[in-house]
Amino acid sequence: MKFPKRTLALILAVLMLTAALSACSGGKQGETQTETDPTPQSGNAEGANIGEPVMGGDLRVGIAQDLDDTFDPHNIISAGTREVLFNIYEGLVKPDNDGNLVPAVAESVDISEAGDSFTFTLREGVKFHNGETVTAEDVVYSVSRAAGLGADKPMIDGMQIITSVEATDEKTVVVTLGEPNIEMLALLTAGIIPAGSDPAVETVGTGPFKFVSRIPQESIVIEKFDEYWGTPAYVDSVTYKIIDSGETIVMSLKSGALDLVAHLTSAQVNELGDDFTVLDGTMNLVQAVYLNNAVEPFNDVKVRQALAHAIDRQLIMDFLAEGRGAAVGSSMYPAFEKYFVPELVDEYSYDPELAKQLLADAGYPDGFSFDCTVPSNYQPHIDTAEVVAQELQAVGVSMNIKLVDWETWLSETYLGRNYQATIVGVDAAMMTARAMLERFTSDAGNNFVNFSSAEYDETFAAAISCTDDAEQTELYKKLQTILAEEAANLYIQDLCDLVAMRKGVGGYEFYPIYVMDMSKVYFTN
Amino acid sequence: MRYVLKKACVFVATLLVISVFVFLAFQIIPGDPTTRMLGTQATPEKVEALREELGLNAPPVLRYFRWLKGFVTGDFGMSYSYNMPVNELLSGKLGITAALTVLSFIMVVLISFPLGILLARFAHSLTDRLFMLFNQIVMSIPPFFVGIIFTYIFGLVLKLFTPGEFIHHADDSAGFWGYLFFPALAIALPKSAMVVKILRSSMVSQLQEDYVRTAFSRGNSHWRVLRMHVLRNAIIPVVTFLAVTLVDIFAASIIIEQVFAIPGLGRLLLGSITGRDLPVVQTIIMIIAVIVITVNFIADISYKYIDPRIRFR
Repeated sequence: MKFPKRTLALILAVLMLTAALSACSGGKQGETQTETDPTPQSGNAEGANIGEPVMGGDLRVGIAQDLDDTFDPHNIISAGTREVLFNIYEGLVKPDNDGNLVPAVAESVDISEAGDSFTFTLREGVKFHNGETVTAEDVVYSVSRAAGLGADKPMIDGMQIITSVEATDEKTVVVTLGEPNIEMLALLTAGIIPAGSDPAVETVGTGPFKFVSRIPQESIVIEKFDEYWGTPAYVDSVTYKIIDSGETIVMSLKSGALDLVAHLTSAQVNELGDDFTVLDGTMNLVQAVYLNNAVEPFNDVKVRQALAHAIDRQLIMDFLAEGRGAAVGSSMYPAFEKYFVPELVDEYSYDPELAKQLLADAGYPDGFSFDCTVPSNYQPHIDTAEVVAQELQAVGVSMNIKLVDWETWLSETYLGRNYQATIVGVDAAMMTARAMLERFTSDAGNNFVNFSSAEYDETFAAAISCTDDAEQTELYKKLQTILAEEAANLYIQDLCDLVAMRKGVGGYEFYPIYVMDMSKVYFTN
Repeated sequence: MRYVLKKACVFVATLLVISVFVFLAFQIIPGDPTTRMLGTQATPEKVEALREELGLNAPPVLRYFRWLKGFVTGDFGMSYSYNMPVNELLSGKLGITAALTVLSFIMVVLISFPLGILLARFAHSLTDRLFMLFNQIVMSIPPFFVGIIFTYIFGLVLKLFTPGEFIHHADDSAGFWGYLFFPALAIALPKSAMVVKILRSSMVSQLQEDYVRTAFSRGNSHWRVLRMHVLRNAIIPVVTFLAVTLVDIFAASIIIEQVFAIPGLGRLLLGSITGRDLPVVQTIIMIIAVIVITVNFIADISYKYIDPRIRFR
């Protein structure tokens, strides 16, 4: 059945899938110009705030997909789910909007010299939504559960290297790793839940909002948690309305049925008019033509480089979002400032003549043709595919766009690796460079592009075992350089993310990961 | 009576055939429920464990009969996505979609019968021609488009309702029907146009019949002839069409629900197909099948009452 562009909606929906896992999703979106702009602490920098914040009010937020995977903070599949649950659950630490990890349930953390042991001092008096006080026992239960201690698999990938979680006294929990990994802290953002509880059955966390009710495919209601340990939320409650159609979500904003919607397209935003404030960020993902490096003709680096010269990223961004978005040159997005290497963006100039030359050198003087699989639920990727196909045509390469639904994409393309090229956005579920770069090691289970480079594998091994932050950062940058030089994929951009708020609503902040922090949003007078 | 029995057997047989197709469809299309449930976290072991847990590893024939047995006994299974029984999930949604369908159907009848009769009465006049032209246009506009126009005009400009702010029946009955009014009308307009066309042409052809001349010669008024004689004879094709229309309306409401943000079956069906939430999808499709077949069954039976000359065999 075809609907009028259901773009946004669905899109999101599905797409988001990504999350925790590994990421690849087609659509996560999320965020951040604030971050890239030099405006450290300001929500106001975007002109988002007009008027003084007032306490109270019921905020209505439109989201495109229901949380139909889970309410379990350790088993989040879709980015859309993570975005909502961020307000309900908190880990020992949590990300702030600048991408730093700040203490949450823990008050402080001490990382051992060797980088293989984390000692957390718990914050005094943190309450669960059921009124109980968080104890060391709850923390041990939650972290062990996420790490899969006593089970054969971790619930959160990457946590399997945790070998023990122990409470040494009532306020102290020690997490020990089997190998050094200073990035583990980013995974300890995993939600803390009451000992023995099953979050699929009872949704109890420590976040600024508590879960109230849901109606499948209709709405989710969360309410301000009065006993929250940190800065309390402004609004009394947030009602997420699930609206899958892009037109409908715009109509609902205009009619007054919604106060805030994220992840809009430029076309949708242009329909809104003056009653709304629009914030412009990026989604924190790397959109690229991902190439199957193991199949003809993409197993030839010359071919990949040739195509990289044939793509004009600016044209794509102009076409998709009036120039919004941020160009990328490797598998890292700009909001990840610490690791992003801006020079790589210009690694391949737009030069069709050179592209033709390289193709001829590689033995394809007359070009070739290939199939590009694109998930049909995310319009920006489809639009991108159309522009790319045109651009490649100019150098004699014909790209056939094959639209498939998200499920099919997941099983055939992503897991089955049965494709030539595909256009999606890949994100990092966790705020670590590792989450972005590990997938390109030769034997990574999620290396869906079949990239293989001995140098890359060695560099990666060196990076993850490194306990010096600066040195590690350099190694991560080197990994990105290898990906760019090898033209592992045809890197395009970090898509723009537009958030619309009714006038009289303010405080929305972009994060460098895919979340919407409702505790900072407020009504003004 | 025998006719009814025979029809009932066909009814059951049809449902069985449909159930096989529904079941087969999701065996064939790519995408496994576990892939969606595990997303990019999937590993072969995790997939295997989950398949086992969901009972997907049993042979298809066995799974089909398990499902069929559950369906017949009213146990539709647990939704994969929502962690609740399908019954519970559907109960609220079905009512909303049914209300929308019925309201829309009533509108079709209320709009099309008077118009069709009127146009037949003044057939071939200028008004008739102009109207039929207009009718042709209305007929060809898809309901979702009418829906978008309505939300804009009646929702945003005239503010007669608030698009996106659906009201539950339990909260406010008047508000509920009020919210459904425009979506129902959006579906009803194109359908009404079709019924008008069929009714008018059916009546116009009946007007050529001898019995009409006889009726006039007995001194009946024009209206009386139309109402008492012509309509009765002209209505058979219309009833057949109305049965089809009711089913169409049901299908259209699934789409219209997206446009008006109505949390009915449609949203759930689409979400569940994408998520390969098989228990939910299969149940909804079977419910739709039951409705379609039932409506046609009723239409067949009703001919006899409309026209006693029809004999069932």
